[in-house]
Amino acid sequence: MSFDYAEPTSVAEAIALLDGDEDSVALAGGTAFSLLYRQGLIRPRRVVGLRRLGDLQGIQARDDGLWIGALATHRSIERSAVVRAAHPSLADAFATIATVRIRNQATVGGNLAHADPAQDPPVILSALAAVVHVAGPGGTRRTVPVDELFVDYLATVLEPGELIVGILVPPAEAGTRSGYHKYLPRSADDYATVSVAVSVRLDDVGLVAAARIALGGVGSTPIRPLAAEAALIGARPDQPRLGEVAAMVRDAVDPLDDSRGSAAYKREMAAVWVRRALEGVVG
Amino acid sequence: MERVFRAAEGVDPAAPVPFRLSLTVNGHAAVVDVAADRFLVDVLRDDLGLVGTKLGCEVGVCGLCAVIVDGELESACLMPAVLVDGAVIETVEGLAGPGGELSRVQEAFIRHGGFQCGICTPGQIVTATSLLREQPRPTEAEMASWMMGSLCRCTGYEGIARAIMAVAADRAADPALDVGGDVAAVRPDA
Repeated sequence: MSFDYAEPTSVAEAIALLDGDEDSVALAGGTAFSLLYRQGLIRPRRVVGLRRLGDLQGIQARDDGLWIGALATHRSIERSAVVRAAHPSLADAFATIATVRIRNQATVGGNLAHADPAQDPPVILSALAAVVHVAGPGGTRRTVPVDELFVDYLATVLEPGELIVGILVPPAEAGTRSGYHKYLPRSADDYATVSVAVSVRLDDVGLVAAARIALGGVGSTPIRPLAAEAALIGARPDQPRLGEVAAMVRDAVDPLDDSRGSAAYKREMAAVWVRRALEGVVG
Repeated sequence: MERVFRAAEGVDPAAPVPFRLSLTVNGHAAVVDVAADRFLVDVLRDDLGLVGTKLGCEVGVCGLCAVIVDGELESACLMPAVLVDGAVIETVEGLAGPGGELSRVQEAFIRHGGFQCGICTPGQIVTATSLLREQPRPTEAEMASWMMGSLCRCTGYEGIARAIMAVAADRAADPALDVGGDVAAVRPDA
């Protein structure tokens, strides 16, 4: 069994090929596609290659934030001086993804559309309040915050015929500090047992003015523990408060038992690593 | 929307859709008609007879199929053939000189005992060559980070590491030292 392959040169043409056909899939860097295809999890009738779509290429510093085209590879984000200047934690996080082979090939748009909750980009992009820009049939455009993109394991809110064109990461307010941590008890190129991204801004007297926390590997989608974030706002991030926040994270996650640990163990590690990540940005 | 996990209807499984692929492999132009659902590793091994690129895990984890595509290290098992139409590919077969003389990296793997059973060796050598082109003088940590995901089940990592760092040291003494193969254009950073 094989498939028809098309390589459109415009977003409109690509969407026309994908629209209304559940047996068509978009192909960017090819890593997720190849894994799913090799395991027989997808058997598309038509594959739409995106690599000639110039509108999906490139990384730019804009007035409204950092624009990352959907076809930007993980490695180009890791190495981009523009990314590092705007959000050093984003460049650092992308440098930790899998291996250099995967980073050279996989794209950020493909990663988000793949919606694997154990992968890194959704977690750091969620903590940085990134917004996904989506093109649809008839020239429509809409935006979806990264933390509202995922609905289940390997499932997003995107409809057939919708295509991620890029990601906008809003500018960080002055004084914001962010960081990404992966708990990797097996090997450094493994999926994380738990991954944590935090972004925190303190006010002039050391109280938390803004906080976002995102976790990967501990649910069927990346998770933002909203109650834990709320418990930080307006508070002094001292050890008792961080302990309370960590306890709330333990209750907010919904992990499964697997080869990377039991659900109970992942709950504990989620709490431990959120606390460490917060200590890293408020100290 | 839920992802579709089912076979497409109306597809004749006995009718592969041919796809004409034009690519440059180790400096030679090649045109191959393949089914669109093949992968680069299949094209290299089955259609072009370049069996130095090995198939191991088939999920991009082990590094046996490491090749250089348009100057960048990638996994041939995770590379749909349709995406390499027009690409410049380098495999382990392209690293030796025109007279068969081994590259510096290949020589170093021999000198430092950088292999045991040999199944991972082509991927290790391609991966190391790619590293030394991009980072001529890597630190031990940079080297280890780059080689991560090139698995050796004989656990011969020390010899591999010694071989790579020996070439890096030679490079430090002679910056013009060629590490082997064609130096293809690396895609510019964004």
